[in-house]
Amino acid sequence: MQSLSVNTVWVNEWLTQYMPSWLATTIECVVVGVGILLVYALLALFYIYYERKLCAAFQCRLGPNRVGPMGLLQSFADMFKMLIKEIITLNHVDQFLYALAPYLVIIASVLAFAVLPWGDGLQIIDFNIGIFFLIAVSSIGVLGILLAGWSSNNKYTLIGSLRAGAQMVSYELSIGLSVITMVCLAGTMTVGGIVAEQSDLWFIFKGHVPAIIAFVIYMIAGTAETNRGPFDLPEAESELTAGYHTEYSGMHFGFYYLAEYLNLFIVSGVAALLFFGGWMPFHIPGWETFNNIMDFIPGTIWFLGKAFVLSFVIIWFKWTFPRLRIDQLLALEWKYLLPINLVNLVLMVLIIIFGWHF
Amino acid sequence: MPYEAWKDNEYIEGLVNELRESGTNIIVGSLDKLINWGRSNSLWPLTFATSCCGIEFVSLGAARFDMARFGWEVARSSPRQADFMMVAGTIVNRMVPVFRRLYDQLAEPKYVIACGSCAISGGPFRKSYHVAKGIEDIVPVDVFVPGCPPRPEAMIYGIMQLSRKVKVERFFGGVNRQEKQSEFLAQHPVEGVDD
Amino acid sequence: MASITEKISKLFPQATIEGENNPVVTIADEQWHDLALALRDDSDLKMDYLVTIVGMDWTENLGCIYYLMSTTTNNILGVKVLARGTRQEPHITSVADVWKVATLYEREVYDFFGIIFVGNPDMRRLFLSIDWVGYPLRKDYDENPELNPVSTENERQSDFTDTYTLNSDGKLEKKEIRIFQPEDFVVNIGPQHPATHGVLRFRTCVDGETIKKIDVYMGYIHRGIEKLCENLTYPQTLHFMDRMDYFSAHNYHHALCMLYEKAAGIEISRRAQVIRVMMDELSRIASHCLFIGTYCMDLGATTMLFYTLRVREQILDIMEKTCGARMTFNYDCIGGVMQDLAPDFVQDVKALLEVLPKNIKEYNKIFTGNVIAKNRMEGVGILSREDAIAYAITGPSGRASGWACDMRKLQPYSIYSELDFEEIVATEGDSMARFKCRMAEMEQSAKILEQLVDNIPEGEYCVKVPKMLKLPAGRWFQLTEGCRGAFGLYLESDGSTKPYRLKIAPPCLPQAAVVDHITRGQKVADLITIGGSMDYIVPDIDR
Repeated sequence: MQSLSVNTVWVNEWLTQYMPSWLATTIECVVVGVGILLVYALLALFYIYYERKLCAAFQCRLGPNRVGPMGLLQSFADMFKMLIKEIITLNHVDQFLYALAPYLVIIASVLAFAVLPWGDGLQIIDFNIGIFFLIAVSSIGVLGILLAGWSSNNKYTLIGSLRAGAQMVSYELSIGLSVITMVCLAGTMTVGGIVAEQSDLWFIFKGHVPAIIAFVIYMIAGTAETNRGPFDLPEAESELTAGYHTEYSGMHFGFYYLAEYLNLFIVSGVAALLFFGGWMPFHIPGWETFNNIMDFIPGTIWFLGKAFVLSFVIIWFKWTFPRLRIDQLLALEWKYLLPINLVNLVLMVLIIIFGWHF
Repeated sequence: MPYEAWKDNEYIEGLVNELRESGTNIIVGSLDKLINWGRSNSLWPLTFATSCCGIEFVSLGAARFDMARFGWEVARSSPRQADFMMVAGTIVNRMVPVFRRLYDQLAEPKYVIACGSCAISGGPFRKSYHVAKGIEDIVPVDVFVPGCPPRPEAMIYGIMQLSRKVKVERFFGGVNRQEKQSEFLAQHPVEGVDD
Repeated sequence: MASITEKISKLFPQATIEGENNPVVTIADEQWHDLALALRDDSDLKMDYLVTIVGMDWTENLGCIYYLMSTTTNNILGVKVLARGTRQEPHITSVADVWKVATLYEREVYDFFGIIFVGNPDMRRLFLSIDWVGYPLRKDYDENPELNPVSTENERQSDFTDTYTLNSDGKLEKKEIRIFQPEDFVVNIGPQHPATHGVLRFRTCVDGETIKKIDVYMGYIHRGIEKLCENLTYPQTLHFMDRMDYFSAHNYHHALCMLYEKAAGIEISRRAQVIRVMMDELSRIASHCLFIGTYCMDLGATTMLFYTLRVREQILDIMEKTCGARMTFNYDCIGGVMQDLAPDFVQDVKALLEVLPKNIKEYNKIFTGNVIAKNRMEGVGILSREDAIAYAITGPSGRASGWACDMRKLQPYSIYSELDFEEIVATEGDSMARFKCRMAEMEQSAKILEQLVDNIPEGEYCVKVPKMLKLPAGRWFQLTEGCRGAFGLYLESDGSTKPYRLKIAPPCLPQAAVVDHITRGQKVADLITIGGSMDYIVPDIDR
């Protein structure tokens, strides 16, 4: 399998032959930017469809099947409608913050998108603190939610956003710690390095017990980070009508709607990266023929497949469990997940020091 | 849905004919088509129910009738994010200001379906001292679905008619229900508010 | 019965007592409060459950009939009190301090009849807005729509409530009390809110996520059914029963038909009795199914709704085949039922009885055993037995608090006394108990259906009843069991073809009123849990 970075390097060299390097970089940036936004939109639309179909299946229904073949165009229709829907201007809001908030949320998820490796060399940037960058930018989103709740001048949005603040800040700890656990095992923070480390065996198998614990905690915290059920308190429909985005209409609401699904993809993408080898095919040490057959499936398909399966699990949570209460939610994090996580980190370090991993 | 299967509503057929006669610019026309395709296929209801009809609306979402097939299952609780309002149930005097405010909070384009005889005329409670005699006097109504309560099939038919009505709209002018809507709103201002 | 009347006439010789089986005591307003205390506390009387307060307008004077029931002896007693003062300002002494639920019932009477209850801490209108002109259930009410026009203007709202006292020279004195303090953070929940199950409105004072106080506003679906009934003939009044608590349509219909039959002295055939009871129990299962579904949805487990609606659809199919409608059946009529059972009825019910236990098992597996569900429901919104009685919380919600209040057992009607079924009573009184009670009641209803499905006797389904039914003059009161609790009906007839007064005492009204009491100190999310577990139906509250 050929690395894609060969092609990109070639394109870069070809461009610099004809133009100064600053122009080449600008062109590359624009092309990549447009590309990423397109993929971003398509992916979100697909995810909306994916969730609606899955939820229908859980509920013994059919789900969208009238618009386009098998209802595939349903979310496109939704997006067209949302694009031209009126954006209501409100009188008693902080206009600047109110308008800024949805963009903050969407920017946070686009930025996180930048370091996700879709295949060998198929990522925007691979720098030495990749995974750290990812955690850092994904927490900008909570700022957008807090701003939205505060600036809307509405009691529901205020309660919703304060809930969101408490929840996100708490669960970020768990995410961070379980990521650190895996970084210890990988020995590097570059995303490419983490994937390369898993070329013989995925981390979930390599790191056995602590890796599995870290994975479970990551999935729980990730569900909470994306504000999805059973942790969907900030937008708990039966309590707060629509939570922090109650006052948003048209495409402003559309941004929240898209970002929710994008974050779902990012959380499951990062889980795939850390525990299931990112784009790396399934390899078993010693089984050369098997490994070669696995290599025939392109890395992008491996990555997307893993991400979709993990998203399936998160969607499954949402449509099965009832919602937690805010105090129970925080108790779960601070009383259970955090201590377990800390112990788990120590365990992982011991395992690495004594070389007990596979 | 093939067009032939659905041309049984005289009123909408009249609209379609009027549209065809007036002719249109190709670019604007195809843009309109795209917009209407999006709008008519993505009608999100507002969770709004006052009485019995609301329960049939719940049944409509359930597995047997499954309105998700048409993409109507994204029921929004916040009126700002919904497209149409299924007025399911009696509207009484005390509810009228709240109801009108909900309508005003809906973002354009917005549609109203009067569902059940109470919403249409007051129904069995028409003679009561505390019941609004039909919501037509309060907000402009697009589709009436009779019944007490209407069966879920009837509701599906009603929303489909709304969807067809949206399809023959013009975003860039022409035969346009928005004019009728603003005319209505000018004649029925919200009392006690001056702006 | 005789012992009660003797005891009362011994204690209050001025009281007059009429009627043998359903005695009604008439007492002057001056002594009413003392009598109320004696009725509640006397060890022989123990009238601790205030069923309803029937406001009355006998044109020459206004007054109330209080219906009381004893939870130990199951005796029902009526107390008639005439209002003092002029027709412009009639007043009666409040008994809000004797029975807690009276606070609300007295507000209702004040709203409809303008009778002021002296000493009631919260004397506001209940269903109608502050600026409503006139008292609609008075016989001389002016229905001119110009007085009370339909307006899109927001209704006036006040943070104050009134309370009245009598001063030394017998004049009424009004005092204003604040409901919320100026510094309170008040969140308005409803009337358009997904969790209120209709158009109920809570003004909720919160401190962070903790609830400090709730003020309940009703009337957003008040349709004036009681007034409408006064202008319709007896058979015409029946269809309103379908549209109040639309899940108990059969049960309410059954109750009103029974009341008219009792008043007119009509005997109905056993076949009709069995059909009615079977329909009642089928609707109970359907109603509890929908309760479980919507309740789980309120708690965030949306998928459960779809599983429970599956059973409900099956029941609706059975009903549709026989009654011809999915919701507002209008099936029971005076003298029996509208039409005979559909040919597949027995077969369909058997099929339902077969799948029901499997489904209940599935519900328990998905939801009841779930850790999150347990945490959300256990110990949340605890209602003690004493409070349940004082606030008149009947039905499964009351039984979950340990009060055996199933009217099918306490006041057996129709053929219920012959049937073998258990009354589900729990002791915890929390949301989980209320949830489980309903789950268990579905099983009991299935048990009743099992006993009846093979034993539907042959015979006529409806006896001949004159089209223009005239009831003799008199008054009747009756309690039956709806799906949500004790459903009281009071009928006063003046011998014509129309009811002079038909008072409907729905089970949901006190259930909505108690929410304030049991949510204090809980979290906002618990309001949804508690409100959902009470399972009130707003059109039933407002009528």
